[in-house]
Amino acid sequence: MSAAATIKGSRQFDAACAILDRFGRNPTRLIPILQALQEEYRYLPGELLAYVATALGVPPARVYGVATFYAHFTLAPRGKYVIRLCDGTACHVKNSIPILEALRQRLGLTAERKTTPDLLFTVETVSCLGACGLAPVVVINDQVHGQVTPEHAVALVEEIIAREKPAAA
Amino acid sequence: MTRLATRTDLNQLADSLRQAPAAGAAKPQIFVGMSTCGLASGAGKVYDAIAAALQEKGLADHVQLIKAGCVGLCFAEPTVELQLPNQPIVTLGDVTAERGRQLVDELAANGSFSNPLSVDNAIFKKQVRIALRNCGRIDPEQISDYLRNGGYQMLAKAVFDWQPQDVIDTIKASGLRGRGGGGFPTGVKWQAAQGAAGEIKYIVCNADEGDPGAFMDRSVLEGDPHCVLEAMAVAGRAIGARRGFVYCRAEYPLAVKRLGIAIEQARAMGLLGEKILGSDFAFDIEIKYGAGAFVCGEETSLIHSIEGKRGEPTVKPPFPAERGLWDASTTVNNVETFANIVPILEKGAAWFRSIGTEKSPGTKVFSLAGDIKNVGLAEIPMGMTIQELLYDIGGGSSDGKPIKAVQTGGPSGGCIPSIKFDTPMEYETLTALGSIMGSGGMIVMSEGTSMVKIAHFYLQFTCDESCGKCTPCRIGCKRLHEILDRILKGEGKPEDLTKLEELGNVIKDTALCGLGQTAPNPVLSTLRWFRGEYEECLKRGNRPPTYRIDPVKCVGCHACFKVCPANCIEGKVKQPHTIRQQDCVHCGACFKTCKFDAIARE
Repeated sequence: MSAAATIKGSRQFDAACAILDRFGRNPTRLIPILQALQEEYRYLPGELLAYVATALGVPPARVYGVATFYAHFTLAPRGKYVIRLCDGTACHVKNSIPILEALRQRLGLTAERKTTPDLLFTVETVSCLGACGLAPVVVINDQVHGQVTPEHAVALVEEIIAREKPAAA
Repeated sequence: MTRLATRTDLNQLADSLRQAPAAGAAKPQIFVGMSTCGLASGAGKVYDAIAAALQEKGLADHVQLIKAGCVGLCFAEPTVELQLPNQPIVTLGDVTAERGRQLVDELAANGSFSNPLSVDNAIFKKQVRIALRNCGRIDPEQISDYLRNGGYQMLAKAVFDWQPQDVIDTIKASGLRGRGGGGFPTGVKWQAAQGAAGEIKYIVCNADEGDPGAFMDRSVLEGDPHCVLEAMAVAGRAIGARRGFVYCRAEYPLAVKRLGIAIEQARAMGLLGEKILGSDFAFDIEIKYGAGAFVCGEETSLIHSIEGKRGEPTVKPPFPAERGLWDASTTVNNVETFANIVPILEKGAAWFRSIGTEKSPGTKVFSLAGDIKNVGLAEIPMGMTIQELLYDIGGGSSDGKPIKAVQTGGPSGGCIPSIKFDTPMEYETLTALGSIMGSGGMIVMSEGTSMVKIAHFYLQFTCDESCGKCTPCRIGCKRLHEILDRILKGEGKPEDLTKLEELGNVIKDTALCGLGQTAPNPVLSTLRWFRGEYEECLKRGNRPPTYRIDPVKCVGCHACFKVCPANCIEGKVKQPHTIRQQDCVHCGACFKTCKFDAIARE
């Protein structure tokens, strides 16, 4: 537990302590704890998982096991804007893949490289958002966009880039 | 909100709500569908526009404007429904903020609405709404709306009038079966849980609707959350449980929010928590969030997930009714199953049995998506044919061409070909076709869809979602996926089809949980009904398909000429066209466009 020991007392993990306390440091609440931590830090760094394990008194393997089991958890940093493309069946038959390809091409991403180097965008697919009436669906952070075309999706990204980097645009 | 200390308080409140001027019998009512689909299509702006216009015209006190859930017409969102006193309800689709203001103008000028955009009510005619009875008709964020319609009366009866066994007997007699897909008799499950040893018992509502293409549970939670809470409390009374959990997907933020509001309101009124309506009965409900794992729809996995562990399934028996959450007896039912409980108790088992079929009584909510005109939810009596659902309610395919197949039950189900569309839908009949009822998701596929690619798509999903605990599912699905990959790349071998079948059947027989046991269904069912497409892939090898125009069938409509990206189609209007094969890029655009079936794919 050397990693956790060095972090203890470091300010960086004050927020983590507050979250752990909020859930009563209860190991059965591991999933909501990790969800809250991810909301705070945007991802789950390895040292944070070790810290959580120590705080809850469970083996680090258990925390790591849970963090890698569920699709919502990510151990790599994510972008400020998380673009989730629905690739459920309804969206798939309505041509969701060309949208994914267009987004990846615009942002220089691949199936393996999901986040842009400037940490502005993450592009990932989800299995179904249950909004099949709007297929194909793209969700940017919490904003749902329905009946999206590849051109429309790229335009949404351009809009964000223009807003975030006015100088470059 | 005052706490209801006795049953009399509940009845008095319900009576006063019904008689209150706001009850709306004498007032025009405007319902705006504000579920996820509606809001994403702009329902919020429509609501604001109508509200502002009502203020402007001084009608705010004379018209009731309701933020309702959805009526299931996803293709026509945002939807607005208009109810004038003593007149049938009118449903308007694709309403804009401008149209919203016009509606108020019309109402102010004539006292009625003109409705050129009204949605064809044939969509509703063949439906019987039990689980969706309140969706789109009440404001899900107001418990008073639910109470006005007789809400929590069955909980009162379960607490004061009936013995726990009476409730279980009624549910058993109704023949209600699990709507999450398994089809296990709910009453039998409850009986087993009631008889289980131990002081502590739990009720769990499975709202981890992970099947791609299914969204009825989301709709119920967004449109009528109290009906699920009441049913869970009734189940708690019947079984002897004091705590319940709703396990909801985190992909459904609005459902979680409305459920949270509903729980708070029910607690504040003394309908959940300690001493419900002044009795000794206590029952409380907590929301648990899923974290994106399809396998957590399986009940033993779901239980592990609530316990804060990896969502891996365990072998049954022991069934959760004997040993589930924290080793206590746990009853897991789906959202839609719970949504049926209150109406059954209200109207009786015989009434419920009079709907649907002998083996599958009642109704089922189906979500229609994919290449279909009327995308949305439809609640129909069991036993209706697939044909009726797809054409009479669904309106046929989105491009008017014949539907090729329908996929039911998500990644656990199979594809049903159009020649079997006369099959009445029940749990058993769908299983006999190599598919399953599942949670009721229906993905419609038109002529251009490659069934081999669809099978490949589903297997990709199962490979991603397999928890990895048992070998047949972890390795077997991967191997199935590799074989399909090979076939699609044109590198298939003649023995591959037999291999797919053998391996698929072994996985079905040996996998640990429902996910693995049903994972080969998409492959096996497409192999059974669309074997020709697999053989075509094998025969064609790496060569892309060629397209030819039949000069007899071609009417010269010129449509293919316009879509061809390679400009390799020649021909004058009203004369048979031809394809210059040397320039063809094999994209299939002409094939998909032709309305006269004049282009053959080889």
